[in-house]
Amino acid sequence: MSDSAASDHGHTMRARIFVRVQKENFDAVAEAAKLTQGRGDIGAVVTFTGLCRDEMGTLTALEIEHYPGMAEGEITRVAREAASRWPLEGIVAIHRHGLIRPGESIVLVVTASAHRFEAFAAASFLMDYLKTEAPFWKKQHFSGGTGAWVEAKAQDQAAVQKWRA
Amino acid sequence: MTARLEKITTMKALYFSWVRERIGKTEEEISPPENVQTVAELMGWLSGKGENYAAAFAHIKTMRAALDRTHVKHDALIRNAREIAFFPPMTGG
Repeated sequence: MSDSAASDHGHTMRARIFVRVQKENFDAVAEAAKLTQGRGDIGAVVTFTGLCRDEMGTLTALEIEHYPGMAEGEITRVAREAASRWPLEGIVAIHRHGLIRPGESIVLVVTASAHRFEAFAAASFLMDYLKTEAPFWKKQHFSGGTGAWVEAKAQDQAAVQKWRA
Repeated sequence: MTARLEKITTMKALYFSWVRERIGKTEEEISPPENVQTVAELMGWLSGKGENYAAAFAHIKTMRAALDRTHVKHDALIRNAREIAFFPPMTGG
């Protein structure tokens, strides 16, 4: 999917945007290569991968529930917003759902631009918005068979607020 | 004599995370009465459907809602939405 429209921030939105919501794992290196292959104008690629922690050995798995249809839509909306704020060449955003074990990947954000500032800022922006606006919910499964829904953190909400200032 | 036409609105309600667990359903068709016009009013009406619903909507301030897959505030009008979803604050990423 690609966009080419004028942004409110004074540049042409030309970023190629790839969004996926899937059960399967992903290959961060291969996803980043999709944005740079055959290109000589991209000077910066930022790749962020969010992983499942074992919480000091107590967690056996994370179960990630999502709202099919809305999840992809919200991530795409946030990616377009990032492309409108910064002159990016490409964005990849992948979020997994289902059962994820400690050490496995949960989420991937890749941003590509001519210079590093935009790529870093956009990747950070995307993660802050994905955490608070994309319809995903994590349930922790502990050794011993108990489970608990992760509570939303005030610091994540504060992280989003700073982009609105 | 003119027949009185009752407007019957049916919509799909979806529940996620602990809202789903407390209600005990993933989704259902609901037909709220005509005087239920906002998301807040719909939450109030659903709360009256049983103890499980009352438990799900106990902390109404933290509840999030989406109308036709778009985030909305509690004062949003339901109008002709086909799908409404209720869920706690999101914890993805």
